[in-house]
Amino acid sequence: MSEHVWIAGGEVICGIGMDLAACLEAFEKMQPGMGAMQHLRSVHANTFPVVEVKADNDTLAAMAGMPAHWSRTALLSMIAARGAWESTGLGAVANYRVGLVSANTVGGMDKTEQFMEAFLHDAAGGRLREVVHHECGSITELVADALGIRHHVSTISTACSSGANALMYGARMIRSGMLDVVIAGGTDSLTRFTLNGFNTLMILDQQKCRPFDDTRTGLNLGEGAGYVVLVSDRLAEKVQPWCKLSGFANANDAYHQTASSPDGTGNSMAMRGALDMAGLQPADVDYINLHGTGTQNNDSSEGLAIMRLFEPTYPPVSSTKSFTGHTLGASGGIEAVFAAYALQQGIIYPNAQFTTPMKELPFTPATAFSRGNALRHVMSNSFGFGGNCSSLVFSK
Amino acid sequence: MEKLMADLKTQIIQQLNLQEVKPEDIGNDQPLFKEGLGLDSIDALELIVLLQQYHNIRIANPEDGPNIFYSVRTMAEFITAEKAKQG
Amino acid sequence: MKAFIQGTGSISAQDSNVFPATIRAYEGNRLPVADPDYKQWIDIKQIRRMGRVIKMGVGASHISLQDAGLTQPDAIIMGTAYGCLADTGVFLNKLVTQREDMLTPTAFIQSTHNTVGGQIALMLGCHAYNNTFVHGAFSLENALQDGLLLLRENPSHQVLAGAVDEITDYSHSILSRFGLYKQAATGALLQSGTPGTMAGEGAAFFVLAGERNERSQAELTGVEMLYKPASPEETAAQLRSFLQRHGLQPADVDLLVTGRNGDAKGDAYYNTVENSLFAGRPVAAFKHFCGEYPTAAAFGMWMVVKALQAQQVAGEAMVKGRAPAQLKRVLIWNHQHTTHHSFILLSAC
Repeated sequence: MSEHVWIAGGEVICGIGMDLAACLEAFEKMQPGMGAMQHLRSVHANTFPVVEVKADNDTLAAMAGMPAHWSRTALLSMIAARGAWESTGLGAVANYRVGLVSANTVGGMDKTEQFMEAFLHDAAGGRLREVVHHECGSITELVADALGIRHHVSTISTACSSGANALMYGARMIRSGMLDVVIAGGTDSLTRFTLNGFNTLMILDQQKCRPFDDTRTGLNLGEGAGYVVLVSDRLAEKVQPWCKLSGFANANDAYHQTASSPDGTGNSMAMRGALDMAGLQPADVDYINLHGTGTQNNDSSEGLAIMRLFEPTYPPVSSTKSFTGHTLGASGGIEAVFAAYALQQGIIYPNAQFTTPMKELPFTPATAFSRGNALRHVMSNSFGFGGNCSSLVFSK
Repeated sequence: MEKLMADLKTQIIQQLNLQEVKPEDIGNDQPLFKEGLGLDSIDALELIVLLQQYHNIRIANPEDGPNIFYSVRTMAEFITAEKAKQG
Repeated sequence: MKAFIQGTGSISAQDSNVFPATIRAYEGNRLPVADPDYKQWIDIKQIRRMGRVIKMGVGASHISLQDAGLTQPDAIIMGTAYGCLADTGVFLNKLVTQREDMLTPTAFIQSTHNTVGGQIALMLGCHAYNNTFVHGAFSLENALQDGLLLLRENPSHQVLAGAVDEITDYSHSILSRFGLYKQAATGALLQSGTPGTMAGEGAAFFVLAGERNERSQAELTGVEMLYKPASPEETAAQLRSFLQRHGLQPADVDLLVTGRNGDAKGDAYYNTVENSLFAGRPVAAFKHFCGEYPTAAAFGMWMVVKALQAQQVAGEAMVKGRAPAQLKRVLIWNHQHTTHHSFILLSAC
């Protein structure tokens, strides 16, 4: 049993950096990662800016020490998961009861969509190797096997809130004493399936996205992976934890299959639930890492929910998706790493591409990177399709 | 125009998978959204695809949707006007 | 951690209303769900935007909620290995054949794995905790475990937990190429002694409560997963210690229900461990009723809950020995490809 759950370390790989240190440099130098797609083939290549990880699969495979025919989703996951483990200084996986809880939205779809081209011509066509890791869970197992993790392996898929839910499940298992350590987070790579899927919903921006800006017109898709390493009280004494995961909550908007309710019911419930678990009041939160995708609907619902919950004083807020794009299944994990690290370091990230305040909100996002902030508690939001709303609170 | 509206009804039923609705159940001037047929924002997106697929017309701005898709007649009028522009 | 099962619901290749008095037999390499009339649970206006797997999940969840006398669960947690295959297939097909042009939003939205759980919540207007596990043959077990962890925090709550998976022509065609299936008859499947099994699909849901009351039908005493054991010996050792953690020996288990599916190699594995831990004990199976799919254990669990209530096991379910006269403790042990093992311990209550 463990009363608290601690963040012993973390790592990310995304379109603004191959690791956390590189991402921080990008934030500090105001260098968002949007550009024309270089690695994914698509007829929309010159229409929608995306935030690809700046490396091809061969390069990622070399970094991961894994075969180049792996799904890009698995390669990204391997790099970040192993990086997260190594950042803790815990030593050998075999010495602990370790779990891997990973999240993704479309599994090995990058390979499947290639397979389908041949298969649709001829049912005996296409290489089976391209679909053997199609399932979401298979991607997680490639990484678990490579890291030698056997005690617990699971995969969650709740659209954009997936990564945050992975942290919650991992935390519960540690609290109950089932596991000592959980690598928790998510991964997703850019695919034609996802790009075209979002295009049918007409929520992609043809420019760089403008989260929480009144003129926003949509999101940019990104890709990447991000994991934190959760540990028990007993293990926290042996390492230098960044902070505690002090609160979390998962609520459902139950409004529409894809759109958020105008008043952000699910969002509010998730934020309030996370604060309640942490035993905190809204005024205790010193920074919110927004879900902030840049769509009309999300930012307005999230903004209104924050307004009502936090009034009359609002903490600094920003959307790191203004740099990384929306990394879908990875976003909850990547942003958990950003939020926990920000807390430890006193950092507030900037919200890029912001010029015009949203008319309905009494607050605006932070536009400059800053260090030396006195942060006691940081919140990270992840709201997704299917009404799945999740909120995490990290505390010193 | 009558034939176009009749065709549109069949296309709408098919595209939106409206089970147990027949073309004669949809009035020419019946509001398609909210009351009437009770369609929602996803259906609006489907109708945008319908215009492309069956009538070769692309709508760039989904915000024009509510006006164009108000009823079968407004859809037909829009299509007729666009085709005239295309020459 | 344990919970009480207040209600169950199943949509499968069997007719839940008459099973096990009447058992449907199949020939071929797949056992399809005979779709019930989904309109009894789903409004005609919503049904149009629901793929088959969503309808199965919604239907089974409604049956279980009704069985439990519950309208609003405190959490909705589900598992699916394959997700929404039909719509994924439709969208992929259009993606390729239409070269990324004129694609339809409905197929995309319905393809996402959490659509079933989201739709259940939407129809109930349920704002509570909502999660979806997508981990192959551990999807159901993780959903149950997540439910147990929530009930540990809130014992007065009731959690809806379940799983669903479907077969589509594309998926069956592709999975067949992996050599998983064979032509057989369900009546003789488990004695076939050759490689391969028959594919299945279905949904089963359970209402789990932290506290026992007069509606409680059975007790979910424990659930565990074992990933890639090195040998049947390791599996046997883990099974034994799982039982020990609940104060039990193998001899205390009145009935062992295994996931035998007619595949010679997989079934031989069950045999090896049965002979070491459960020699001479009664053993039953369920995949000749529902087919093989990653979340088939949900059907097995539904079958066992019904058996515990009736204090009776169908003769056709037995593969070794005779149906026990008394059912207090039933252990379901299921594996997929010998790499993913789950132990689900159920007790009468």
